[in-house]
Amino acid sequence: MQMTGARILMECLLEQGVDTVFGYPGGTIIHVYDALLDYPGIRHILTTHEQGACHAADGYARATGKVGVCFATSGPGATNLVTGIATAYVDSSPLVCITCNVELPLLGKDSFQEVDITGVTMPITKCNYLVRDVNDLADTVREAFAIARSGRPGPVLIDIPKNVTSDMCEYAPLDRGEHGLSGRLGRLMKRSSQDFKAPEPDYRDIYILMDMIRESRRPLLICGGGVVRARADAELEAFANRVDAPVGITVMGAGGFRGLNKLSTGLVGMHGSQASNMAVDACDLLIAVGCRFSDRVALNPANFARNARVVQIDIDRSEINKNVETAHHIVGDARRVLEILNGKLEQLDHSEWKNYVFSFKTETEYDGADDRLTPSQVLDAIARIVPRDAIFATDVGQHQMWAIQHLHFEYSGQLVTSGGYGTMGFGLGAAIGAQIGNPDKVVLHITGDGSFRMNAGELATVAYYGLPIITVLFNNGALGMVRQWQTLTCGGRHSQTTLDRGPDFVKLAEAYGVPGRRVAHVNELEAALRRALAEGRGMVIDCAIATDEMVRPMVNGGGNITEFVVN
Amino acid sequence: MNEIKRHTLAVLVDNEAGVLSRVARLFSGKGYNIDSLAVGTTHDPAVSRITIEVSADEKQARLICSQLRKLICVHSVKRLDPERAIRRELVLIKVAAASHGIRNEIIQIANIFRASIIDVSTGSLTIALIGDDSKAAAIQNLLGEFGILELVRTGTVALERGRYTIDEQTKEKGEFDYGKNVL
Repeated sequence: MQMTGARILMECLLEQGVDTVFGYPGGTIIHVYDALLDYPGIRHILTTHEQGACHAADGYARATGKVGVCFATSGPGATNLVTGIATAYVDSSPLVCITCNVELPLLGKDSFQEVDITGVTMPITKCNYLVRDVNDLADTVREAFAIARSGRPGPVLIDIPKNVTSDMCEYAPLDRGEHGLSGRLGRLMKRSSQDFKAPEPDYRDIYILMDMIRESRRPLLICGGGVVRARADAELEAFANRVDAPVGITVMGAGGFRGLNKLSTGLVGMHGSQASNMAVDACDLLIAVGCRFSDRVALNPANFARNARVVQIDIDRSEINKNVETAHHIVGDARRVLEILNGKLEQLDHSEWKNYVFSFKTETEYDGADDRLTPSQVLDAIARIVPRDAIFATDVGQHQMWAIQHLHFEYSGQLVTSGGYGTMGFGLGAAIGAQIGNPDKVVLHITGDGSFRMNAGELATVAYYGLPIITVLFNNGALGMVRQWQTLTCGGRHSQTTLDRGPDFVKLAEAYGVPGRRVAHVNELEAALRRALAEGRGMVIDCAIATDEMVRPMVNGGGNITEFVVN
Repeated sequence: MNEIKRHTLAVLVDNEAGVLSRVARLFSGKGYNIDSLAVGTTHDPAVSRITIEVSADEKQARLICSQLRKLICVHSVKRLDPERAIRRELVLIKVAAASHGIRNEIIQIANIFRASIIDVSTGSLTIALIGDDSKAAAIQNLLGEFGILELVRTGTVALERGRYTIDEQTKEKGEFDYGKNVL
């Protein structure tokens, strides 16, 4: 059937099972938005800003495991996606971003709202495309989705010049199962691009690891983001129980291992618990599953796990030995590798080692310095009141670390957080995406005053779509994490980190049509949370926190993992 | 292990717009400097071959290769062992030759290096030389005293000796163990 490029794009989205798109219209993407009117099967969520759309698509992808899709127009629309794309890239979240560009004859002439977005996003996408011919469009979209979700997932961008969206060509529907059999994707699949395929683990590697596990007296597991992406919760829990080893959790791995499992030592690394970090230092075998040993985990790669043989299980071959030298590795999908291991390994016992590890604290206790709320009071209240399967989207900073340290996540996808890129302003957009993807779950947005101010405009989206997102704001009147660093490493000289300038967050929320509450005590917080849950509508709860409260413990960047600068 | 050496990488890529910049930016983005780069199509018009020389230690070289393999536009990557590879470069040198005597002297030098004279004018000679780095450096050194007006190098191209090729069928084990498709 002859169709315009814009309609072909819609058909291709339907082929992929896409029912939700986040975006913002503009001049060059106008035909796509016109075609959208004829496709009621695709729900479009209009955000306040393209960055919000991109974070929402990302949050949707992280919370559902599906590919998130966002639309933006050329020029500023496209560059507004950049922070969102980089966030998704660093955390391996599958996204397909569709931007339109100026018409082909205008391309390269510094036309109105023109930017070389494929050039700009080259380092932060798995792949990107400029579709010059409408005949290539369907094939390109199919390839883009396949790349976004395959292997180690990540964002892909398709830039379509405006005239391609109105040009006509023949479109033949193709079932998703057949996409890999012909066209560009078919050729690509025949080729030896390892990133495109999930490597089947080598059985010899598995046997070597099993021998290492049996020889070990002090084994430790690290649950990284790869476990969450592979949704390998059950397999990891079975493996940990089988090996009888403590499990440290990275920021990206939170949710991949049940926080309440007695083997969990909590967060590992810069803000890792005493138990996690002491275990890393003392273990004789460290098995990292889907973890790339970022500088926030392996603070000092030279003496990280200095008494251990390090084993890395990762889907991405290029991560092996990148940051930490390993003694052994298995390239494969976390779920598949653990499944094979569970099928072969007998039950082991490491009680003595566990007694040692769990003699250290797995969580930090906070005592209130004055009568203000402490981070643990806020988070404990949340944990008491919200359903156990509630999804948490966080921003970046102290509140993020507190939340990850104190909330006991139950399943992969329960925590949506910008781990690798540390994007302040990520949380509200991500919460919107997570809520749209999970309409039956309670979604909490945990934020700080610094992060929230960055993209608070998305409250308009929350209000318009009637999303019952509860924002819990840790308001300490400061850019807390940077202030903490200034306190600890700059001799207490606080430069530009005091946020003593409003706004009044309750009034701000209400201006957007979202109820706001300011709370100073646990009982007020509990009442506000109960009320928000009962009414089933969004709310912003502004919690006053002491300005000098720190995230504890903390190890300096580049430092030895057991050298806590604060306990 | 940490010794910085020059590595020669052969990379097969899609012959499409933007591919060269995707490959090149990987080096700049990771902070490595490309010593030499040569690109051209292969016997398959849809495929180009890029030969890159880069100074790096063993670990960095491995990292670069595995990052290159992640690019969708890259078909295969192989590090060429200097002992088992033939490396060649074409150098064009324009030398000032004011008099008949000087011209003869330059021609003699060119003959010793088996370089060919590809252009002559009243004041200059242009020499084409095929060789590797050391040969290019040697002739450059000798011609320097006459005054080099211009010099251009294609960048090194390289092939493995013997029947081995970059094709995955003949790559060393471990380099093409990609497993089965999951799509």
